[in-house]
Amino acid sequence: MTETFAPVTRFAVPGRIAVSNRTAAVWQTATLTEVRRETPYASTFRFAVPDWQGHLPGQHLMLRLTAEDGYSAQRHYSIASPPDDPGHIELTLDRVEGGEVSGWFHTVAEPGDVVEVRGPLSGFFAWPGDRPALLIGAGSGVVPLMSMVRHHRARALDVPLRLLVSARGPAELIYAREFGAETTPVFTRSAPDGVPVGRMSAVHVAPLLAEQPEGGWEAYVCGSNAFAEHASRLLVEAGQPVDRIRIERFG
Amino acid sequence: MNVTRGFMGRPRVHNEGLPPGQYDAGDDWPVLSAEVTPDLSPAEWTFRVDGLVEQPRTWDWDEAHALPASAYEGDIHCVTSWSKFGVRFAGVSLDAFLDVVRPHGSATHAVAYSHTGYTTNLPLADLTGGRAWIAWEYDGKPLPAEHGGPARLLVPHLYFWKSAKWIAGLTLLDHDEPGFWEQNGYHARGNPWEEQRYSGD
Repeated sequence: MTETFAPVTRFAVPGRIAVSNRTAAVWQTATLTEVRRETPYASTFRFAVPDWQGHLPGQHLMLRLTAEDGYSAQRHYSIASPPDDPGHIELTLDRVEGGEVSGWFHTVAEPGDVVEVRGPLSGFFAWPGDRPALLIGAGSGVVPLMSMVRHHRARALDVPLRLLVSARGPAELIYAREFGAETTPVFTRSAPDGVPVGRMSAVHVAPLLAEQPEGGWEAYVCGSNAFAEHASRLLVEAGQPVDRIRIERFG
Repeated sequence: MNVTRGFMGRPRVHNEGLPPGQYDAGDDWPVLSAEVTPDLSPAEWTFRVDGLVEQPRTWDWDEAHALPASAYEGDIHCVTSWSKFGVRFAGVSLDAFLDVVRPHGSATHAVAYSHTGYTTNLPLADLTGGRAWIAWEYDGKPLPAEHGGPARLLVPHLYFWKSAKWIAGLTLLDHDEPGFWEQNGYHARGNPWEEQRYSGD
């Protein structure tokens, strides 16, 4: 007797995106070509990866650093750049106190340095640009969402896209210069004159769900676990179906 | 080996408990789930074992707690490269549930599924012989919801995505059937000691 299995699923979210397992299994050499300061605490690292097979906005990769004694450290990082950047990828990394890998990037790395990457990995959080997207991020959680915003802009897509992004203050808002009308920043500690200070709340989320595009939003939430819990609850309370919320957490 | 200029890594002591490519997360216990944390009370929780078994069965919270208590103290390893040492879980050995339903000889694999619909696949051999639990306590306290409470599967010898949070049941099969992350490129088995992170490893 052979059965197949089909669970009753609230969390449907099928793996929409086929992942190339063969590509993801291979470590590739990535050469650092440029470092751009984004905020006092975050920088963008641009790499040449000649054999990169491309990715979808929202996907991540595994990055590996190796010490002379053979010790290696690997971490998952979201990809910040859009797909249409052949042979190159960009990562935006926070400077984490005592961070083993991010610490190397922020204190040692310079153009010409070589690291290893494998990916892209996991199609779950990816957004190929096909459905209206409601993006909610905090801190460096904006990184995979920015890949989506850049993709939307580069391809001049007309599918609706909105970004709600939370930062402590204007100086810590990563990619501030690049945001346009699609973005609403929320400042938790300090804000420009006339802009309220406070946590993301139903005031920010409810209007977006009250004026849904046809077919509704796909929601993508990225940030610390505490933020992800908070933001996903706001979405559910505002009526977003749980099976159309994808979450990427860190920390 | 491709040495990274100027990278020393953390000062390190040799730790035999650390699988390749992993680091010690210390007191941290990162939360990694792609779904909205469900608001699931013990009164609503059930656990079912069916598929290739003599006697399919669903347990509720009290019935599951009536089975012999069993604890795990040891290490856990996440595919995202953190490991956590000396954690303490309490619950019931999966053997106790399987003894009741009596798997058919033809059963070779299981799909574990959660109350949210998350799935993950496991060889049956990884779930028997005192290697897997249904766990509802962590460090002497009820398992927090964001870590899978009220109850999760615990298969500590595999990468932790196999330890399905908010466990709702197991279906026993005579073949392997990839679950949620396995369909998204992760390895079918996920043995940390062999670095079975992604399909193709």
